[in-house]
Amino acid sequence: MKNENILIIEAGRTEKHYWADIWRYRELFYILSWRDVTVRYKQTAIGIVWAILRPLLTITVFTVIFGKLAKFPSDGNVPYAIMVCAAMLPWQFFASSVSDSSNSLIDNTQLITKVYFPRIIIPISSVVTSSIDFLVSFVILVFLMVYFKFTPGWNILFLPIFLLIAFLTAAGVGLYITALNVKYRDFRYIVPFLVQFGFYVSPVGFSSSIIPEKYRLLYSLNPMVGVIDGFRWAIMGNKSTIYLPGFLMSIGVMLLFLILGIYKFRKMEKTFADII
Amino acid sequence: MSDIVIKAENVGKSYLIGHKSNERYVALRDVIANKTKGLWSKIRNPRFHTHKNIEEFWALKDVSFEVKQGDRVGIIGRNGAGKSTLLKILSRITEPTAGRVSIKGRVASLLEVGTGFHPELTGRENIYLNGAILGMTRKEIKTKFDEIVDFAEVEKFLDTPVKRFSSGMYVRLAFAVAAHLEPEILVVDEVLAVGDSEFQKKCLGKMRDVATKGRTVLFVSHNMAAINQLCNIGILLDKGQVINIDEVNKVVGVYLSINSEKQESVDLTTYPYRRGTKEAMFAWVQTCNLNGSSCRKFSIGENIILNFRVNVCEQYRDKKIKLAIELRSSDGIRLCNMVDVDSHFEINNAKETEEISVCLYDVRFYPDTYYVSFWVGSVTSTETFDRVEDCLSFEIIGGGNLTARFLPRSAGLLFITPEWKRNA
Repeated sequence: MKNENILIIEAGRTEKHYWADIWRYRELFYILSWRDVTVRYKQTAIGIVWAILRPLLTITVFTVIFGKLAKFPSDGNVPYAIMVCAAMLPWQFFASSVSDSSNSLIDNTQLITKVYFPRIIIPISSVVTSSIDFLVSFVILVFLMVYFKFTPGWNILFLPIFLLIAFLTAAGVGLYITALNVKYRDFRYIVPFLVQFGFYVSPVGFSSSIIPEKYRLLYSLNPMVGVIDGFRWAIMGNKSTIYLPGFLMSIGVMLLFLILGIYKFRKMEKTFADII
Repeated sequence: MSDIVIKAENVGKSYLIGHKSNERYVALRDVIANKTKGLWSKIRNPRFHTHKNIEEFWALKDVSFEVKQGDRVGIIGRNGAGKSTLLKILSRITEPTAGRVSIKGRVASLLEVGTGFHPELTGRENIYLNGAILGMTRKEIKTKFDEIVDFAEVEKFLDTPVKRFSSGMYVRLAFAVAAHLEPEILVVDEVLAVGDSEFQKKCLGKMRDVATKGRTVLFVSHNMAAINQLCNIGILLDKGQVINIDEVNKVVGVYLSINSEKQESVDLTTYPYRRGTKEAMFAWVQTCNLNGSSCRKFSIGENIILNFRVNVCEQYRDKKIKLAIELRSSDGIRLCNMVDVDSHFEINNAKETEEISVCLYDVRFYPDTYYVSFWVGSVTSTETFDRVEDCLSFEIIGGGNLTARFLPRSAGLLFITPEWKRNA
């Protein structure tokens, strides 16, 4: 037997090898994400259509009520529907990531108390699952662009970067809430409210340019402001301008959440198996 | 190089148990409420200190042992002796508080059959999922796939969601995946308690195969016959400490002799799993047969006598107290809650110590282990003085005067012999 196979178990040991362990368990990470995706599409009768239907209906309602009836302005001459769509997709991704990952550990209690693996895999894999939905829902955007005969500019090439930012934002906030959710078991009743609340304070139905200049930096403390502005800029081109200090602020808050989320999660993780 | 594969040195695990509440987790509303309460009492009385009503409880303490390659180690001990905690530490589910374990080789732990099985997924998909959870790579699973399906005898249902499987098929498939793991060290918790006896034999056989190939097996069970058959080394744990490590039949012998001593009565003065205001407390409990001799095993239809003593504090002397006894089966199903007044028994003038016996006539449960919890409280049931959870167990064994038929617990709970009549 080779020497490198020796495994030492003692207090505080897992801590030190955490990131190496995540790499070692990457296969499990892949399988768990795959399981979540498969199960999700198997459980609902309409399957993958659901990923499209949900944002589509919301966008329709928004366009009719706010765009047509309340006559909210769009950025430049871009159709209001496209502007809402460019924000609705990342928002819905964020919302479903946060609510799914916050329940993920509790839902997988059975697994956690019976097998060892870095627990962070579970909430992250539910974010991955939501991002599959997210990618599928891009069909709506393409459809709207074709319908309104709207051609995006070169900015669209930057979309992957904003996708990454959206992913990291969702992961950071998701991990933080997951940790709270395990510690305080009644926290999950607050999560839907927080998500709903976030929806109203994020610039989904309106353009963030309607916020008065002096409050925009403050407004950008919401990391989703940066994500949504970025998406709009990438999709709608220069007709939507990025407010750079605000964008950097959002990125900063996102990174803060990510670090805080991972830190809190790992602190909580040590006792998960004991308190669940 | 030595052939020691597992070396545990002074391993300990402590849990903090709060006495204030027996809730298993914290709720945000309680935290907020308690903090506010604490703040309020501090304002009213600045010297007020909230007591930390928390006690350390060592589930394992100073556990040291060595396991050689190819050993089949049986870990035995009573409920709560620390067996499961030890397995959890070895399989890294929880970290030890003290000490260290060094393990040479890949460990696969089987603390439950079918961990992570998802009811919506098909048999095929679950094989991959479960395999990955147990630590196999996809390539490994692929090469063993046919073997697994063969062993489980489910080839016809591979593409059916496992929620439509019968429980037998489910267990067979789950065990098949686990059995085809090829770790250097296999850690198994009482998974053999499932499935029919035919399948159990097959599993034991498979585990023996694993061991003869030079791999190491750690096996926890209450089934002494299985331990004797499968293992060559025994480790006896009691109250979190190693009592004995030796050849398996010697250790099993020690365990059984300890157990028969314990049969006299169970001392509850230090029993940890209890709650209540302590105005009255159970001191000891015991099961007897009708002759009055202490006994833990009964056959179907026998009479079981539960004897116990309650110490009542001064405040409740000469007052009314209420008693209740609860029974549950080994899988946690609550069978009955027997309250004294239902049998027209009342204590109106409690003495300092009350010794009570409760006779259960003609007990007709299926063979299994049954756990008894005791409760004493105020006569209105609003206050719990003491509630001791599962402090006593007795076993119903097959055979006896009523029937010689084999009665698996999966077939039922109550053995009832109604009158059968053929109508003309």
